Amino acid sequence: MNKELAGSMVSVNDEGYLTDLSQWTKEVALALAKEEGIEMTDQHWAVVEFLQQSFKNGDALSIRSVGKRGPVTIKDLYELFPGGPLKKASKIAGIPKPASCI
Amino acid sequence: MDEKQDNEPVKKMLLILSKATLDSVYACFVLANGARMEGIEAEIFFTFFGLEAINKKRMERLHVATVGNPAMHIPTLVGGLPGMEAVATKMMKHEMEKLDLPGVGEFLDLLKDSGARLWACKLAMQMFHVTEADLYDDIDGVLTVGGFYERARGNGTHLLFI
Repeated sequence: MNKELAGSMVSVNDEGYLTDLSQWTKEVALALAKEEGIEMTDQHWAVVEFLQQSFKNGDALSIRSVGKRGPVTIKDLYELFPGGPLKKASKIAGIPKPASCI
Repeated sequence: MDEKQDNEPVKKMLLILSKATLDSVYACFVLANGARMEGIEAEIFFTFFGLEAINKKRMERLHVATVGNPAMHIPTLVGGLPGMEAVATKMMKHEMEKLDLPGVGEFLDLLKDSGARLWACKLAMQMFHVTEADLYDDIDGVLTVGGFYERARGNGTHLLFI
């Protein structure tokens, strides 16, 4: 389905995740973050960038992999995106919901 | 029950780990970590043999059971031969590493960093002559059964015995 975010129409699934990363812009990310009640800081953007890069590389994402290779610690990740860090960060990054159990 | 109540989300998982076979410990840890990933509070109460999973000297030496475990598909007599548990455990750990599952100690760190709470059972500690100095440094404390049930307050709390 289509949804208007930050003045542009983007395609999202029924959980609100972007289905086409090429439609992602910083403005769209800001609108998505606002919906999640998150105010974006440099650290947030660094996580978003890391997730997008990992997705493009085809890496499987888990909390552990973000903690190991990502720009912030696991503790930080939970503080930056409270209440479901990997899910929320992925949503804001415009990548699919991670299907990881760890 | 009206629909609103019916849709009440899980808010907190209280997991009781009473065994220290590798499979039980990982089931417990994955459930606790998975809860945190979904924004659900998670706490683990380590009791009886489950204490081994937070015992610094033992936690990295946990095994899968090859005897009395039909799902291993190893005949009981063969499973009891020396070294069988070690071989089966090594194979399982190899598979887990492929899935990006950390070792027990690192998994405890991951759980703590994720905001999970870890409690040791007072009675089990007394029974096995375990002191706090023997345990993983970052546990949240030692609890009685009553203290544990205190942690269960609130709607949306679920308890699970492993």
